[in-house]
Amino acid sequence: MPDDESKQGVSRREFLKISAITVSVPAVIGPTVLEVGGEEIPVYGPGKTPITLTVNGRRYTADLEPRVTLLDALRDSFDLTGAKRVCDRAECGACTVLLDDRPVYACAVLAIDAQGRNISTVEGITSGDALHPVQHAFVANDAQQCGFCTPGFVMASYALLKHNPNPSPEQVAKGLGGNYCRCGTYYGMRGAIGQMTGQRSTVGLPQSEVLTDRETDRPTDQGGA
Amino acid sequence: MADYKWPDAQHRTLIGTRQSRLDGPVKVSGRAKYTYDQNPKGLLAGAILRCPHAHAKVVSVDTSAAEKIPGVKAVQVLQGPGKEVHWAGDEIVALAAINEGIAEDALRAIKVQYEVLPHFVDDATEPKSAAEETGPLALDDLINMFSNQVPEPQISSTVQKRGISFPVTDDLVKRMRSFNVGENVIKALQSAPQKSPESTRSPFKKSAVNVTGDPDQAFKTAEATSEGLYGVPVITHCCLEAHGVIAHWPDAEHLETQVSTQNVCGMPDQIAQALTGIGIPISASNIRNRQQHVGGGFGSKFAADRWSLAAAQLSKKAGGAPVKIMLDRRAELEVAGARPSAYAHVKLAAKKDGAITAWDSQSWGTGGPLGGNMPPIPYIFTEIPHQRKQHISIATNIGPARAWRAPNHPQAAVLTMCAIDDLAARLGMDPFDVFLKNLPLTPRANVYEAELRKADELMQWKKRWHPRGDESSGPMKRGLGLSIHTWGGRGHQGAGDLTIHPDGTVEYRSGTQDLGTGTRTAIAMVIGETLGLPLNAITVKIGDTNFPHDGGSGGSTTIGAVSAESRRAATDALNELLAKVAPTLGVAPDQLEALYGTIRVKDTQGKSITWKKACSMLGATGVTAHGQNPDPSKPPDLTNSGVGGAQMADVSVDVETGIVRVNKMVAVQDCGLIINLKTAESQCYGALIMGISYALFEEKIMDPTTGRMLNPNMQFYRLAGYGDIPELVVHMMTGPGYDERGVIGLGEPPVVSPGAAISNAVANAIGVRVPFLPITPDRVLAALEKKGGAA
Repeated sequence: MPDDESKQGVSRREFLKISAITVSVPAVIGPTVLEVGGEEIPVYGPGKTPITLTVNGRRYTADLEPRVTLLDALRDSFDLTGAKRVCDRAECGACTVLLDDRPVYACAVLAIDAQGRNISTVEGITSGDALHPVQHAFVANDAQQCGFCTPGFVMASYALLKHNPNPSPEQVAKGLGGNYCRCGTYYGMRGAIGQMTGQRSTVGLPQSEVLTDRETDRPTDQGGA
Repeated sequence: MADYKWPDAQHRTLIGTRQSRLDGPVKVSGRAKYTYDQNPKGLLAGAILRCPHAHAKVVSVDTSAAEKIPGVKAVQVLQGPGKEVHWAGDEIVALAAINEGIAEDALRAIKVQYEVLPHFVDDATEPKSAAEETGPLALDDLINMFSNQVPEPQISSTVQKRGISFPVTDDLVKRMRSFNVGENVIKALQSAPQKSPESTRSPFKKSAVNVTGDPDQAFKTAEATSEGLYGVPVITHCCLEAHGVIAHWPDAEHLETQVSTQNVCGMPDQIAQALTGIGIPISASNIRNRQQHVGGGFGSKFAADRWSLAAAQLSKKAGGAPVKIMLDRRAELEVAGARPSAYAHVKLAAKKDGAITAWDSQSWGTGGPLGGNMPPIPYIFTEIPHQRKQHISIATNIGPARAWRAPNHPQAAVLTMCAIDDLAARLGMDPFDVFLKNLPLTPRANVYEAELRKADELMQWKKRWHPRGDESSGPMKRGLGLSIHTWGGRGHQGAGDLTIHPDGTVEYRSGTQDLGTGTRTAIAMVIGETLGLPLNAITVKIGDTNFPHDGGSGGSTTIGAVSAESRRAATDALNELLAKVAPTLGVAPDQLEALYGTIRVKDTQGKSITWKKACSMLGATGVTAHGQNPDPSKPPDLTNSGVGGAQMADVSVDVETGIVRVNKMVAVQDCGLIINLKTAESQCYGALIMGISYALFEEKIMDPTTGRMLNPNMQFYRLAGYGDIPELVVHMMTGPGYDERGVIGLGEPPVVSPGAAISNAVANAIGVRVPFLPITPDRVLAALEKKGGAA
C-alpha cells in the first residue's frame, strides 16, 4: 500500500530515521528456509532479521530480533504507543490491536508472525484529527479515567461493533470481556456502546445537560500529546 | 470587582454542569503520552534484578558477567552484601542496556548469594501469644503511624507514654512539617522521654487496651448482644501503568525525570535528598520532573522509590543518556503497593430498640514489615458510649504497605458496618432502621439520614428488604445490604499562575497532576466560569515542576486545592483587566462583570466590549496572577472538609456454587460544591466498580512455604471485568446545605462502603455471615456448611 503521510503517527522523516538506524546494524540476517516434510518453513534468528509490517494501511520496516512481540515493535520501533503493555501475557487487553480485522493481544503475537497481515491500531481509526464515532462515544460517556486501558477498550469496542453493529448485552460483555480497567470505567463504556447502538435511553448514564461541542472533541496538545 | 466567593446557583454558567473531560480525545485516540510511552533519543532500557526470597540477607553480588555483555551500558548494585531484604521482589541490582532483550539477558548473568532467613506471611490467623508493647517507639513506628493515618492526638499520647528511641533532629521536624504533621505531635516528640531501643522485636505488637466509659457494665446490663468475626485481606493497587521513571542528565549538574506519579512536585526534594545521601550531591532546584498523564496511582505513587534513584544513577554512569525503568507486572503486584489487612472479633451491646450501647473489638492485621495500626473503629459511630478496643499489629514479609484509596476506611467500614448488620439480624430488625436509630452516634446525623432515605428510594429498600436468609425455593438467594462512610477531602496547599494574554488567550500553569479524575477539566471550568469564557478558550498546563508548586494528589485533596487556586488567580487577573477597561466603558471597575465572552456593565443592556477587545488594552505583556490555596491551619473558605455517603447493594448468591453476583448498587454521596458533575459521577461509578472488585475478587495470596505472592499476574489477581458490573445508580447531594460548604474531594469516599454493603447483602441472602473479603465461592460454601446446609 502507498505511504500516506497525512494519516500516520510517524512522518516520512521519522520513518527514514528508523530505517537508517537499523540498516547500520551488521548482524541482520534473513530467515533460513528449512524443508520439513515437504513444506518450506522459514526459521528466523537468533540475530536481527528484517521485518515488514502493514499497520493502518502503511508499510513499516525494521530489523528486529525474532523474540520481539508485535506490541514492542509497534511501540518501540514505530512509536505507535496507543497499545499498552500491562500484563505482558495475554490477560488484560491493554495491547488490543486488530489483525486482519480480528482483535488480538499484541503482546502475545510475535512481530515476525504479523508480517503479511493487516494490522490496525487505535491511532489508525482516527482520521486525521477527527475521532471515530466509537472514540466520540467514549469521550461523551466519560468511559475513561486514567486512560491507560482506554485504547485497548476502544479497539475491542470498535472490533465488536464492526462485526456486530447491534450486540446484545451478553455479546458486549463477551466482546469487552478480554480487557480490564482498574479505575472502573465500565459504566461509561456501557453508555458508549449504548450510544453507538442507539440504546441511549436504556443505559442509565445521565446525558450531558451542556453537551461539549465537537470543536473541543479533537485530540489536541491540551493534555500534552 | 469580582470576588473569590463561589457564584450562587443562578449565576453559574459552567460550575455544576456535566462536561466531557478535555483530555478525553487524546486518551481515546492513543495520543496521550504516559511516562511509559516516552521514547526519547538514545533511550536505554533499565531493568532490575529482584530478590526471590521473602526474607534474606545479601551475602555477595557478582555483576562482572553482566557488565561484559555487549550493549550493557551501566550496572548499579542497589542492595549489596549485608543488606537485609524484608519482602520478595525487593530491588538488588539495576542495569541499563541498549534494549530490553539485552537488559533481560544481563539480569540472568548476575550472580547473587543470599542467606535465607525465616519469613512470616500469615496475617489472617489471630495471634495467640502477642505481648503488649510498652517499649519506646522507633522511628519506623512513628512513620508507620503516619502512613496508617493514626489520629494525631493518639500519636502524641503514645509518644508521651512510651517514649522514643530516636533523636528528633531539625531535619526530621522539617520533613514532618512538609507533610503537614501537626505542631502538637512535633511538640510531643520533642518533649518525649528518650530511651534506648528494644533489643528484640516480636512480629506481634499488641496495643494498650483503649477503654471509653464502662464497657463491662454495659455488656452485663445489655438487652441484646451480638458478636462476629470480620476481615479484609491485603490487596494490591495493580496500577495499569506500572510504577516507573525515565531519568537523564542533560549536564553534570542537572537531572530531568519523568516519574509516573501522583506527586509531580514532590519528586525533586525526595530525589535530591536520596541522591545526595548516596554520594551524588544535587539540589532539588536542579531537578525538573514532568508528567502529562499517569496510568493509575490509587495511593501507591507518592514516593520517588528506589527505581527512580536507580534510573538517575544508571543515567549518570551512562553519560547522561535517558534510562527508562518500568516495573513488570509481577514486580508491580509484589512490591509496588499492599493495602494493610484488618481482622477483628467485634461484640456489640444494644437496647431492644436497636440503640447501640457498647463496642468491644479485638483486632489484628498487617501493614507490612512495620506492622501497621488499628483502622479507625468503630467507624463513623464514634460516639458509642462504652468501648473497649485492642489491636495487634503483625510485622510480615507480605510486602510494603502503601496508602490505598481511602486508607484504612474500607477495612474500618467492614469491621463496623458488618457488626451492626449482625446486631440488627440478632434483634430481628431491618438494618436500615438500626442504622437510622444510631445516627446520633455519628458526626453528621442529618446528612446520613437524608442520604440513607435517598438510597432507600433508589433501591426500594423498604419495599424489598426481607429478614436474614432468603426463604424462596431454588438455589439463587437474593439479599440487600448497606453501609455508610466518611472522608475529609479539604484542598491541600498549592498554587497556580494564570495569564491573560493581550490576544485574549488564557493560560493556566500549575504543578498539579491529573490522575484521571478530571483535574484539567475542573480547572478550565473554574477559570471559564470566572472569566465568562467557554471551556475551549482556556489552556491548562500542568504536570511540570517549572510551574508553581502544587501538592500531591492524595486524600482527595486535589479538587479543593486546584479549584480554589485557579479561582483566586482568575479573579485577581480579571480584576486587573476590569480596572484597565473601566475607563473605556465609563464606569468604575466594580460595575463590570465578565460574562458570555464580553466585559459588560452590570444591569445595563448593551453596554459591553468583547473579551478580545478588552484584552487588547492590557499592553504587551498581558496580566499574570498567582493563585494560592492557603494551608489548612487557616479557616476554610473555597474548600472544606468532611463528606458522607450511603451505599446499598443487591446481590444474588448461588448456594450450590457459592458464586455471588451483584445485581444493583446505589451510591448517594455529598461532596460540597461540585465543579464537574460528569466526572464527579464517574468517580462514584468507578468507586462502586473498584469496590465490587475488592469485595468479590481481590486478595494478595501468599504462599506460606516460599513467602511469595502466588497470584502476581492479572489472570489470578482478578479484577472486576465488564461482565461483573450490575445496574449502578449514583446520586450526588447538591444544592442548598451542600453547595455553600465549598469544594470537597471525592476520590476516596465512595470506595469505602462497597465491601461492607456487599458483605451485608450476602449475609441477608444466605442467612449467614461470610467473615472475610473477598467473598469467593469457597468462602460462601464454607460459611453455609458451618451454618448447617444451604440457605
